[in-house]
Amino acid sequence: MANVLVFAETRSGDLRKVALEAVTAGRALADKDGGEVHAVMLGAPGIASKAEQLGRHGADVVLVVEHQALANHSAEVAAATVAARAKAGAYAAVVFSASAQGKDLAPRVAAKLGVPMAADVLSFERTGTGINAKHAGYASKVVQTLTLSAQPAILSVRPGAVAPAATPKSGRVESLAPAMDPGTARVVVKEMVQGRSGKPDLGEAPVVVSGGRGLRAAENFRLVEELADAFGNAAVGCTRAVADDGWRPQSDQIGQTGRTVSPQLYVAVGISGAIQHLAGMRTAKTIVAINRDKEAPIFKVADYGIVGDALEIVPALTAAVREAKKGH
Amino acid sequence: MKIAVCIKRVPDMESRFRISSDGKVVDETGLKFDMSDFDGYAVEVALQITEKLGQGEVVVVSLGPDAVQEALRKALSMGAARAIHLKADRVPSDGFAIARALASELKSGGFDLIMFGKHAMDTMSGVVGPMTAELLGLPNVSAVSKLDVVQGRGTARRELEGAAEIVEFPLPAVVSIDEGIARPRYPSLKGIMAAKKKPLESKPAQLDAPRLEVTKTELPPDRQGGRIIGEGAAAVPELVRLLQTEAKVL
Amino acid sequence: MQDFYNIDSLLSEEEIAVRDSVRRFVDDNVLPIIGECYVEGRFPREIVPGLAELGVFGANLPEEYGCAGLNNVAYGLIMQELERGDSGVRSFASVQGALVMYPIYAFGSEEQKRHYLPKMASGEIIGCFGLTEPDFGSNPAGMITMAREQSDGSWVINGAKMWITNGSTAQAAIVWAKTNDDKDQRSIRGFIVPTNTKGFRSKDQKGKLSLRASDTSELVLEDVRVPKDALLPKSGGLKSPLMCLTQARYGISWGALGAAIACFEEASSYAKTRIMFDRPIGGFQLQQLRLAEMLTEIVKGQLLCVQLGRLKDRGDFTPQQVSLAKRNNVHIATDIAREARRLLGANGILAEYSAMRHMANLESVYTYEGTHDVHTLVLGQAVTGLNAFGA
Repeated sequence: MANVLVFAETRSGDLRKVALEAVTAGRALADKDGGEVHAVMLGAPGIASKAEQLGRHGADVVLVVEHQALANHSAEVAAATVAARAKAGAYAAVVFSASAQGKDLAPRVAAKLGVPMAADVLSFERTGTGINAKHAGYASKVVQTLTLSAQPAILSVRPGAVAPAATPKSGRVESLAPAMDPGTARVVVKEMVQGRSGKPDLGEAPVVVSGGRGLRAAENFRLVEELADAFGNAAVGCTRAVADDGWRPQSDQIGQTGRTVSPQLYVAVGISGAIQHLAGMRTAKTIVAINRDKEAPIFKVADYGIVGDALEIVPALTAAVREAKKGH
Repeated sequence: MKIAVCIKRVPDMESRFRISSDGKVVDETGLKFDMSDFDGYAVEVALQITEKLGQGEVVVVSLGPDAVQEALRKALSMGAARAIHLKADRVPSDGFAIARALASELKSGGFDLIMFGKHAMDTMSGVVGPMTAELLGLPNVSAVSKLDVVQGRGTARRELEGAAEIVEFPLPAVVSIDEGIARPRYPSLKGIMAAKKKPLESKPAQLDAPRLEVTKTELPPDRQGGRIIGEGAAAVPELVRLLQTEAKVL
Repeated sequence: MQDFYNIDSLLSEEEIAVRDSVRRFVDDNVLPIIGECYVEGRFPREIVPGLAELGVFGANLPEEYGCAGLNNVAYGLIMQELERGDSGVRSFASVQGALVMYPIYAFGSEEQKRHYLPKMASGEIIGCFGLTEPDFGSNPAGMITMAREQSDGSWVINGAKMWITNGSTAQAAIVWAKTNDDKDQRSIRGFIVPTNTKGFRSKDQKGKLSLRASDTSELVLEDVRVPKDALLPKSGGLKSPLMCLTQARYGISWGALGAAIACFEEASSYAKTRIMFDRPIGGFQLQQLRLAEMLTEIVKGQLLCVQLGRLKDRGDFTPQQVSLAKRNNVHIATDIAREARRLLGANGILAEYSAMRHMANLESVYTYEGTHDVHTLVLGQAVTGLNAFGA
């Protein structure tokens, strides 16, 4: 019986959506041969109340690690605890989300267990000898199949690649002690800085409206924000050029060295479509491009393009989207 | 202040990539190569730290065949003091094997900081940095968009989704550099000439047998783009109609 | 462009690294703004600190004076990459390096070298080269600017210079003047004149249709008094400024190729993607003829430059060899730019494409630093031994 251990990420006392994705992924792996999914969740006292969400998404057991000093994520404590549990419980696989915290944590657990790992995978399957996983490479221009033959198999799953599925299991809560004294962690979180409140994160928003130099001036980004508001559930992104110019924060940058997003709809406003930028958004389901230059490379990847001045077109589109949404 | 920066030589990501005839990997013949983007940021940050302190040295390390010396020399021409080439016939896909080889080289170096770029542009895994930290028993700080080092302690800003953490940690530590922190300086022409005279030590890498391999590489299906539906604000109603009825995203 | 004849194999790793470093700088900092600068008629001064930091100014002068100490092939590659951006940008560097820093290095005292060269390498002091006069272009021996030595050793200079790159931007002017009323060219000496000296005026020359992204000015010197130590002590005769010109012309031979390469790359890329009659225009025979000619001339020009650079590095090159390269490479570059412009069709007249800008710029490059015709006669004399210059 091959059980799967899953790390369930929390932040500020809540489970993150990526935790449910990881549990769902773990469930798919465990179901191959009737194994169990054990989810590990760390947090401040009281985090145990979130355990039932994990059970609802397929966790047979939820191992809760509660400690005052774990109000903020501590990768050292999490790594030590997950690795210790993985060793003790003889798990066949350990699954993480490839979120920012996951990307930091998973390799550490792998190194503690003395094994390699497949990072940021898009899909995976068990084989007789290990795991095959698909993973984007070369600035997301290719998809590579990684074959992992170590035991246990360590994976991190790209956020959004697995849709959380409600497959309720018992979700039996067990208390787990941290494998090291959280007070002795060397990296200490001094402060958490929140991003723009109320707005969905780029990695989670179903719609992303993104702006580039074609907007001509930083003030014109207001039009992009208004369009995002009209969609209701949209996040705002930008190109590297405008982030470098200081029009938008670097954390909004979408591209080869910025965020990679895969929304249902990506609206590219005044963006020429440099390879550097395409690397971050080419897997969006539908791409709309608005640009003055009809030869702009963005039109080659866009499903729908409008040629013209963004400053004229975007307000018209914002009004039309608002109208369309009212109808629902 | 001694800083080691681990760098990787990768193909130019603007290239059109072809798959090898056995379908396993990208055929890299004829491609142009350069230091991976985030690694360039890491070298820049390391140089800025030693410049600000007015003392210290930046040592660059790279694992791979002789060709990786190009990337090492570029770092030397940016201002790194010396380079270490861990020689291997090819760069393994197994990041753990790489981390073990690096840790074995770095552990007696007396480094205050060991830096990596967030991930290499070709493998896009980002595992080698944290694994190396773990093997060296050092604190690991990743996704760093701001870094300050004062008196044996570091402060960093870590970019999360929709938020950021400000963390503090003791040195020595391993740090992985994200976007937004610095643009790498152009190697100055004097720097290019000086690089020739800087020490570049080449020694065999201590590599274990890999337990992760790339067994297939495919090009994602080409998007069928190119449909321009109109010009100016007049095209908006048609766009909305298509988003509702055809794409069904509105 | 593809390295059709593997010319990279003739270059050292450092030379290639130098070329690539300047290329990246030009791609990132010059190309995005140069079309606009050209239309506006302004030199992009904001790139000067970046160029200085890179070490572009006086790059082939020794490290002890704050310069990069590169060999001449590397210097040529720098000029090539700058002019791939724009001839005006390369002109700025040519003037600063070959026409201002070089004369100070070759003819200056140790104090002058130590005072000026590091500051010029760092871009802190910009210089200009005052040789050409309103009535004396191709015939600099006839210049009338006159410097008269005073009883206290200082000099008073009167005259006018024209077509002076960096003339209005410069803090220091290398002024060539005949001395003490001796009208023979042998009396010509060089002077370092701070441009804020009383009596020194510069005036932007407006209405240019070529080299618009460059500062071209007239200089007027009215009783400009400079101290004794402004004289470049080892200068003497027309030979001195001509030696400077040989340095600059060497760089221009490479630079012209840069413009040609830019035009060729633009034209080939356009030809492969521009569709007419349902196919890329690159598939039509007449366009292929254009591209084949461009490729051929560029390859020839590159081989010419590499050999010239190696001869210069060996210390064994002649001004006549430089004349051959400058004359050839600028000539073929003007043809390539024009043919590229034509291949681009109507789009080719727009500033957002580079061909017509290069085409217009190259007309100045054809004329300055020794016109095409003058270099023709230099070669004619080299072949026959007979002077066909006129008087």
